Amino acid sequence: MTPKKRRRLAFAAAVLAAGAVLAVGIVYELGQNTQYFRSPADIAANRIEPGIAFRLGGLVQEKSLRHGSGADVSFAVTDGKDVVPVEYNGVLPALFREGQGVVALGTLNGSGKFVATEVLAKHDEKYMPPEVVDALKRSGHWKEGGT
Amino acid sequence: MTGELGQLALCFALALSLVMAAAGLTGARADAATARGIAHGATMGMLVFIALAFGALTYAFVTSDFSIADVANNSHTLKPLIYKISGVWGNHEGSMLLWVLVLSLYAGLVSTLGRGGPQLTSGALGVQGLLAAAFILFILFTSNPFLRLDPAPFEGAGLNPLLQDPGLAIHPPMLYAGYVGLSASFSYAAAALIVGEEGWARAARPFMLIAWIALTCGIALGSWWAYYELGWGGFWFWDPVENASLMPWLVATALLHSALATERTGAFRTWTLLLAIAGFSMSLIGTFLVRSGVLSSVHAFASDPTRGFFIMILIFCAIGGALGLFAWRAPTLKGGAAFETVSRETALLLNNVFLVAACAAVFVGTLYPLLLDAINGEKISVGPPYYAATFAPIFFALLLLVPFGPVLGWRRGDLKASLRALAPALGIAAVAVVAVLAVASPRFLTGVCAFAVAGWLIGASILGFLKRKGARASAFAAALAHAGLGVTLMGVAGTTLWRSEALTVLAPGQTMVVGPYTLRFDGVTQEQGPNYRASRAHIALMDGAKVQSMLTPEQRIYPAEGQDTANTAIRTTGFEDLYLALGDDRGNGRWTLRAYVSPLAPFIWLGGLVMAFGGMLSLWGRLRVGARVPSAAVQPAE
Repeated sequence: MTPKKRRRLAFAAAVLAAGAVLAVGIVYELGQNTQYFRSPADIAANRIEPGIAFRLGGLVQEKSLRHGSGADVSFAVTDGKDVVPVEYNGVLPALFREGQGVVALGTLNGSGKFVATEVLAKHDEKYMPPEVVDALKRSGHWKEGGT
Repeated sequence: MTGELGQLALCFALALSLVMAAAGLTGARADAATARGIAHGATMGMLVFIALAFGALTYAFVTSDFSIADVANNSHTLKPLIYKISGVWGNHEGSMLLWVLVLSLYAGLVSTLGRGGPQLTSGALGVQGLLAAAFILFILFTSNPFLRLDPAPFEGAGLNPLLQDPGLAIHPPMLYAGYVGLSASFSYAAAALIVGEEGWARAARPFMLIAWIALTCGIALGSWWAYYELGWGGFWFWDPVENASLMPWLVATALLHSALATERTGAFRTWTLLLAIAGFSMSLIGTFLVRSGVLSSVHAFASDPTRGFFIMILIFCAIGGALGLFAWRAPTLKGGAAFETVSRETALLLNNVFLVAACAAVFVGTLYPLLLDAINGEKISVGPPYYAATFAPIFFALLLLVPFGPVLGWRRGDLKASLRALAPALGIAAVAVVAVLAVASPRFLTGVCAFAVAGWLIGASILGFLKRKGARASAFAAALAHAGLGVTLMGVAGTTLWRSEALTVLAPGQTMVVGPYTLRFDGVTQEQGPNYRASRAHIALMDGAKVQSMLTPEQRIYPAEGQDTANTAIRTTGFEDLYLALGDDRGNGRWTLRAYVSPLAPFIWLGGLVMAFGGMLSLWGRLRVGARVPSAAVQPAE
């Protein structure tokens, strides 16, 4: 083997090894940081362990919004079938309305309440988060052109 | 009338782009001089007709011609003029027209300024023509901006208020100039494969630079907009749409570096071709992500599945075709030139390895949710922690190695001499560490590392400036761009690690404290804007008992669009931002107020600007050298 060939082989081996490390790292981190989307009906059907982060989506239930003394708020998310109570300490997005679509990121606590770290509402009146549309369709509460 | 004129111009442009493709590709043969002439003529013709179509649409927006559906859906008579104009590309149809306009502008530049041999230029025009034809067809069949409404409404539906902002008025054209600019490198690479010409990297370099500069500015503008407009205090959210612009940037940066080696010593010949193809492929994938409606985002306008399908076929043909051409022709080209293990080529190789790895991490994180949804309908999202664990360490390792590139010699470098040359930069890195430990609290290990690397980068750049008296512009350009990385790194570290935050409900007269600032809430007044109503909070920044300055964050309601936006108030010292966003009305004059103190936040975008200036300097050096030595065959001696 000439020195040039040996060098090429060493380089190819190094690139392969680095690629393998990268691939393993990416797959591992994907597994660690994937947040699933769950509707209230999903939560009622399958217990989700407290402390696991996921995204909860549906409609904000009418007349469920309560303000605490500080910046804390509570509301309920429904897909027409089941309801999940949500607690949040922060500023609600400008387009947050009762009866409209919402997606919240957070975890369930021991008593079945969803503690949100982030709340996203739709961007405009025409827009509905696609996951929420999907969840409403599955629960049979989707009205074409409605909401 | 304008609508029909625009439609007709688009049809003419389609015909000319087909002529351009046929004549350009024929002109890649040595004996087809006539075809080359036709290709150049058709390019200019297409540019004129696309510009005409774009002008017609702009005219319709400015005059609020609501008989055109696109105008009626996205404009409003009360909108200020600048947003009537930016409304042209603030919607799906118009932005695709802008896409094609930028594509034809680059084709025009290739035709007039493109250096390289006549066959290479002609082939590149042919490929640009194919791309233009495909996208004009896309517009005509799925996204026609000139469709009529009958009867025409009296008033338009307005433009998303989030987009009614000076930053967002110029952000899309800037980003497109970058995205679509990579098409020129793509076309040159494809033409080089067809013709078998090796000098393509030099011919394509100015276009790579223009695209990279525009992409850098576009990303920086987008991130700045997200910072002050969304009211969340962040500058980057790892949103798929942001990633869609980051991926082409990473590949374009790799391409700029690898093409440099190809041009200078003939190293990485085939790899550079592959990168040029990959760069534009990332742009196409980005266009697909943003334009097909598969994402839920402020940017995603389209929800018509035929559009996504059409773009997918288009991407498949473009990328597949180019890779097929590569597989067929690349083995016939000369292989890359040899170099020693310690050399600038090795440094550039590592640069490419890390940039491509970083791009791969972003690519997987962005597309994995779409893939999973397509396979089993499971809806997931990949959060920022994924990127913090994958992208961040890869990029950090890259930054550590950056200073070695410019000091190592081509083909064979001297590691000891290079280390000696870089020793003062280590001193500057040490100073940065001491400064962080002295000033900042709490002290984070990541923060110290970030500042050490920033000092290392900036120090090495300063050395580059001092030592290279009489050197070419390109050396200064590299130093400037690398220093910009260091500046951005400081900003990112400062804001993410040392940001303080306060969230309080305040009644008029009450005060709150955030970081070193004391703020007094003086109540909210109602204001009337040209096309919105605003609740404006009056916040006094206190200096003891005195009012130092007033800040006025707002909540705006746009009745025409039925939307609200938060308009933040930011007071910057250049080294630190005080950032206020007004929250909900809690009754009895009480409002929620969110405040952040972000140390070094302005450095994030300042660094981007410095990088872009580096690119411009390099471009200027290129064009100047080019003007002096018109033949592309002359070897410049760095």
